[in-house]
Amino acid sequence: MSNFFPKWANWLPLQLLVCGLVIGAPITLGIWYYFTPKYTRVGYQPDQPVPFSHSLHVKQLGMDCRYCHSFVEVAGHSNLPATQTCINCHGQGRILPNSPRLAAVRDSWETGQPIPWVQIHRLPDYAYFNHAVHVNRGVSCYSCHGAVNEMSVVYEAESLSMKWCLDCHRAPENFLRPPSEIFNMNWHPASSSEQRELGTKFKEEWKINPPVSCGGCHH
Amino acid sequence: MVRYFLFLLVLITILIVSIAGLRDYSFLPHKTKRPPIEIFPDMVRQAKVKAQSPSDFYADGRGARSHVDGTVPVGYSAPESSAQASEGVATMGSPYNVVIFSGKQDYADTGKVGTNWGNGLPFNATMATLERGRERYQIQCAVCHGATGGGNGIATKYGLVGVASFNQQRIREMNDGEIYNTIVNGKNSMLGYGSVIQVPDRWAIVAYIRALQRSQNATINDVPATERTALTGTNASASTIAPAKQ
Ligand code: HEC
Ligand code: HEC
Ligand code: HEC
Ligand code: HEC
Ligand code: HEC
Ligand code: HEC
Repeated sequence: MSNFFPKWANWLPLQLLVCGLVIGAPITLGIWYYFTPKYTRVGYQPDQPVPFSHSLHVKQLGMDCRYCHSFVEVAGHSNLPATQTCINCHGQGRILPNSPRLAAVRDSWETGQPIPWVQIHRLPDYAYFNHAVHVNRGVSCYSCHGAVNEMSVVYEAESLSMKWCLDCHRAPENFLRPPSEIFNMNWHPASSSEQRELGTKFKEEWKINPPVSCGGCHH
Repeated sequence: MVRYFLFLLVLITILIVSIAGLRDYSFLPHKTKRPPIEIFPDMVRQAKVKAQSPSDFYADGRGARSHVDGTVPVGYSAPESSAQASEGVATMGSPYNVVIFSGKQDYADTGKVGTNWGNGLPFNATMATLERGRERYQIQCAVCHGATGGGNGIATKYGLVGVASFNQQRIREMNDGEIYNTIVNGKNSMLGYGSVIQVPDRWAIVAYIRALQRSQNATINDVPATERTALTGTNASASTIAPAKQ
């Protein structure tokens, strides 16, 4: 019988395998890294109709989140402020009444049409979420929205994936804070062991028991 | 050949990482203006209106409707049941579970007795009322009126003029009901806060403003005898403490 295959063909399967690995591994890695909410959502920072800066209003002026997001403690939905909230300060004869950057605010005040803010954080409609239950039970805005007081334009700082919710629901002691510091973006525990100690104390005192079964969030 | 191939692979990886950025937002942050892609959006975006979202159902495209005459918004107590408001007031100090607004016409809701401004709170103030009032005051009022009510909040440093000081004689002598009404409906150049502050909280703020006024015009006689030595200890000759400078 003649040699049907040339000699180099002996190496072909191995070569194919190595080639496959060398090309396949980066593709897998790429998908693992780039195709999850940690990448696709974090950093979403749309253009807003008004260049409103949290860093100016919260950090520099020292305003409380609840001046604008006024129902976050009592409602599931954290409201965006009505136009009047801005007009309190930016109306005629007040602060920067003629600034072109506030034109959309003035238009809205005159026409009664809302300012078309672009929603950034947005869960799927099949997942149930409630702000009040979190904020009243020792979870700070900071844990879910990041350092909003440093943002001149808000972006999504956390992935809001199901794993992310569950990471906290399984171990809330890593995040719980004293009730007085919920709205304080500058409060940070000295170390992670101090956080756990404090968190464990609150968890027991307040009987914190976040849902981890499907029905808790999908109903 | 292999060398070229590996070179190309490294090049492509570097290219992708430098264009796409890293997940970490402190180093090589990834910021995008494009909304996240939703591949099968059928269940993700259901045909329901969520709070403050747009809706095609109405001509003006707004999911949130403004008040229609003759209806009672969710969270408001119905006009006829007057027992409810006092019930809401009685549970003050405990964590709020319901938003308490009301369209009723009694003293607790209007600050008026007949056609005149009434005086006094419509419920008994406790220390918890004052604490609540302090918290709400600092959220809603302190940016303009200042932490002690001197009319010197941070917004006045940026060009807001004419903010009233609570320490002036006229406002110290003003009836509680009139201050309550200013919170709800505003006055002159101040707009109203009735849509964001619940009824019991408005009264708690009035109580706290009274405490501020008292504190800014206090004499040594207002200090309990047991605390007095602590204050006068360093300067025994001082018989009165001057009102703090605004
Ligand atoms: C002066 C009013 C004001 C204050 C005070 C304020 N916000 Fe906002 N916030 C807004 C407005 C207006 C928007 C919508 C425009 C935007 O996204 O920048 C917004 C948007 C947001 C968003 C993004 C909403 C979305 O679409 O997903 C978050 C999160 C947020 N604020 C958190 C906070 C936190 C936390 C604080 C307190 C530290 C705070 N805000 C204080 C007015 C305010
Ligand atoms: C407590 C008063 C207060 C409120 C309420 C307030 N702002 Fe401001 N805002 C300020 C001050 C003070 C400045 C800075 C003025 C300066 O730099 O001289 C400012 C600046 C701005 C600027 C920058 C304008 C420019 O020309 O640089 C924008 C935009 C703005 N605010 C939007 C808003 C919006 C939108 C709201 C409502 C959600 C709002 N503000 C509510 C006090 C306020
Ligand atoms: C446990 C996590 C968590 C905490 C704590 C939290 N948020 Fe949120 N926030 C979310 C999620 C999730 C969404 C998206 C909700 C949705 O799509 O229905 C959101 C949405 C928002 C929005 C946008 C609402 C809209 O529909 O446009 C604002 C504004 C907001 N949060 C403000 C705050 C403020 C202010 C605080 C602190 C008082 C806070 N949040 C605390 C998770 C959280
Ligand atoms: C940083 C911590 C943290 C994160 C992140 C978090 N939660 Fe929670 N969650 C809690 C705590 C604490 C409670 C309160 C448990 C209690 O009251 O015993 C809670 C309670 C709940 C409840 C039960 C209360 C109710 O309304 O029935 C739901 C539902 C819920 N969370 C949904 C979510 C969803 C959805 C997400 C992700 C988008 C999320 N949570 C993210 C800490 C967190
Ligand atoms: C703490 C709240 C929470 C609990 C508990 C929970 N989920 Fe989820 N789930 C979510 C959120 C939030 C999302 C949306 C995630 C996203 O958009 O990335 C989600 C998404 C999903 C999805 C859709 C995933 C996709 O990408 O299409 C499925 C399926 C799902 N959950 C099943 C379950 C099952 C099964 C359980 C019980 C074992 C469960 N969930 C428990 C919050 C929760
Ligand atoms: C955006 C700034 C601003 C905020 C916030 C604000 N005020 Fe005022 N307030 C004013 C200004 C300006 C005046 C002076 C009105 C005038 O006489 O033209 C005033 C006047 C008053 C007066 C005196 C009214 C009179 O009879 O002359 C009272 C009482 C008052 N405010 C209470 C409050 C309370 C309580 C809050 C918190 C719920 C509050 N204000 C929040 C700006 C503000």
